[in-house]
Amino acid sequence: MFLKSLLRKQSFRAKLYQVLLLISLSLGLAYLFSNTMQNMHQRGIQGGFGFLFDPAGFDISESWIEFNSDESYAKAFLVGLINTIKVSLISIMTCTALGILLGLGRFQENPLIKLICYLYTEFFRNIPLLIQLLIWYVLMVEWLPDSQSPIQISFLNFNFFLSKDGFAFPWFNDLVTGYAFVSPEFIDSNITGGATLSPEFMALYIGLSIYTSAFIGELVRAGLLAINKGQIEAGLSLGMTQQQVTKLIVMPQALRVIIPPLTNQYLNLIKNSSLAVAIGYPDLVNISNTALNQTGHALECVFIIMAIYLVLSLLTSWLMNTYNNRVMLRG
Amino acid sequence: MDKENPQVNERPGAQKATESINVASSQSNNSIIGATTLQRKQSHPSFASNSTKLWAVLIRSLFGNPLKIISTLVGLGICILLIPPFIEWGIVSAVFSADPVACQEARGIGACWGVIVEKYPLILWGRFPYAQQWRPQLSTALLLVLIVRSSLNRVTFTQLCAEWFCILGLIFVLMSGYLGPLEFLRNSVLTPLFGQPFTVVSTDLWGGLPLTLMLSFVCIVLASPLAVFLALGRQSQLPIFSVLSKTYIELLRGVPLISVLFMASYMFPLLLPSGYSPDVLIRVVLGISLFAAAYLAEIVRAGLQAIPKGQLEAADSLGLGYWQTQYLVVLPQALKIVIPGMMNSFIAIFKDTSLITIVSLYELTGSLSLALNGDALWRPFKLEGYLFITLIYFVFCFSMSRYSLWLEKRLNHS
Repeated sequence: MFLKSLLRKQSFRAKLYQVLLLISLSLGLAYLFSNTMQNMHQRGIQGGFGFLFDPAGFDISESWIEFNSDESYAKAFLVGLINTIKVSLISIMTCTALGILLGLGRFQENPLIKLICYLYTEFFRNIPLLIQLLIWYVLMVEWLPDSQSPIQISFLNFNFFLSKDGFAFPWFNDLVTGYAFVSPEFIDSNITGGATLSPEFMALYIGLSIYTSAFIGELVRAGLLAINKGQIEAGLSLGMTQQQVTKLIVMPQALRVIIPPLTNQYLNLIKNSSLAVAIGYPDLVNISNTALNQTGHALECVFIIMAIYLVLSLLTSWLMNTYNNRVMLRG
Repeated sequence: MDKENPQVNERPGAQKATESINVASSQSNNSIIGATTLQRKQSHPSFASNSTKLWAVLIRSLFGNPLKIISTLVGLGICILLIPPFIEWGIVSAVFSADPVACQEARGIGACWGVIVEKYPLILWGRFPYAQQWRPQLSTALLLVLIVRSSLNRVTFTQLCAEWFCILGLIFVLMSGYLGPLEFLRNSVLTPLFGQPFTVVSTDLWGGLPLTLMLSFVCIVLASPLAVFLALGRQSQLPIFSVLSKTYIELLRGVPLISVLFMASYMFPLLLPSGYSPDVLIRVVLGISLFAAAYLAEIVRAGLQAIPKGQLEAADSLGLGYWQTQYLVVLPQALKIVIPGMMNSFIAIFKDTSLITIVSLYELTGSLSLALNGDALWRPFKLEGYLFITLIYFVFCFSMSRYSLWLEKRLNHS
């Protein structure tokens, strides 16, 4: 009798459901955990992150910090993380610029530009990124000339070289006399000086930038469409110039609409950089995949990837939210 | 100006009817423009002068001012840089027959579409036994017919579910050759019927287009209800439900799909009791569904938030319980609002299925590598192969996005 009246009470039922959910969830997790322990015991896998300090035993083809195969897995993961951040940052900058151009292009009166922007957006949005990356990679390593006869682009005194070995460009070099800005030179069928980006990096960078720019272009377009045309006309009739209208009326309002979904696109780009594993760019996922196959620490490696990407995502959203707060409506 | 006034241009009939009103009373900006458009149209009644006007507009918009001239030149430059070389490579100098010697000669100058002529069964149908390939073909055809049929929405929901259930069952039987209690039919009926033994085909031999389609479809079907529950959980008044749903959604949205797939292929076997490990295909389907559900949940949540609070209160005062309120009042409206977002996510899921090639399943992308990597004769012509599957993916994704637009328009009208 008492139980019946208690069950009829909504607040009690609410608590009951929640307690039941918690209990079933913890039971489920405990079950999975015990299974894992048992399985690992059976397969003779030692759990824990101790393996991070063992020597990695593999080389990494490109890295901003010194790395050789005697160094620890932990450092290998760090190299991977830096590579992930490197390609993500550069791609984010490029895709933003391209996306803005695309979005603006859709508003041009010029039908040719409009058509090109439309085709670009629809084409690159509707093809899986993985295939785009594979195509760029094939183009990079099979279609470009050999490193003996690279494509040379000279601008002022600076040389750029594009070949199967990657893209060489002027950069700071550690010379005997100290750091200096050096342009690469093609001497004795070898490119010396400057810095070189590997074909893997180039494929990933181009693929990510182009794929994401198609989405950003649509965002920019939506942001600009959200602005009432009357406001622009009002601004013009007040005697403002086109630039003033853009700066004072269009941009502040468009940014408000664009920034939140733009954050999502940046997050997607960072997560998509994990597709590097398919073309062999040594990013975080690629390196932990190698580590996983070498050590068998599946649980730990997957945990590391997820934890680092979560932190990266949170960091990016925090940065973008800070920026968003600046452009948001006050009051 | 008339181009930027879609309201008028889209409905010429309505425009004629309101013509006199528009001219007489110039109340709103729109009607003034409408009237001027009409006048312009009337002053050029004949087709010829209309087309000259079109040319004038075109030329003005292409070369109207210096900026336009520059942008036109840039656009033309892009076209000239891209189109003629592509036509030269892809059509003029291309080899269309499956002739490796001719392909080898044309390498670098022309495309070798022969590779597709030669390899398309392997690319499209994967490693399925060659003699049995009518089975994946029939499955794909059934799936496509069913998708088109349900998109057109000529049938009721219950009927649709029943059809899907039957056809998916049939496709499963076709692909796997698993007959269950009807095993006795295999030798007595099916083998004479098809003129060849109806063998059991294990899932690791499934591949190509049917795998891509089935995987996307099954993942969407599994993820959608889960997403609705997650979204409801996130919006729930009960703190533990909302915190748990929020944690789940944010966690899965924060990690890349690849890590979830790694988890599915390496960690699921560890999580389950030893000796019992489901098929890799099932693990991958579960992984993608759990991942996609988090994204879909956020979209559904947007729809839930768009329902005015008064409706919930009205449902409450009518004495509807929580589930009744959600099922009868909130969800029908919320889901209708979020259809475009859902379609975008479905397209994303379809594209994401290409990732399973990284955990060694041979869907369209994987079966292409399978077809070309093992064959030294055709291996150099990967690019052509990629372009072929690009086309397939594009056709599917583009038609999905067009369908979503069409659906949106239709729902807005009704």
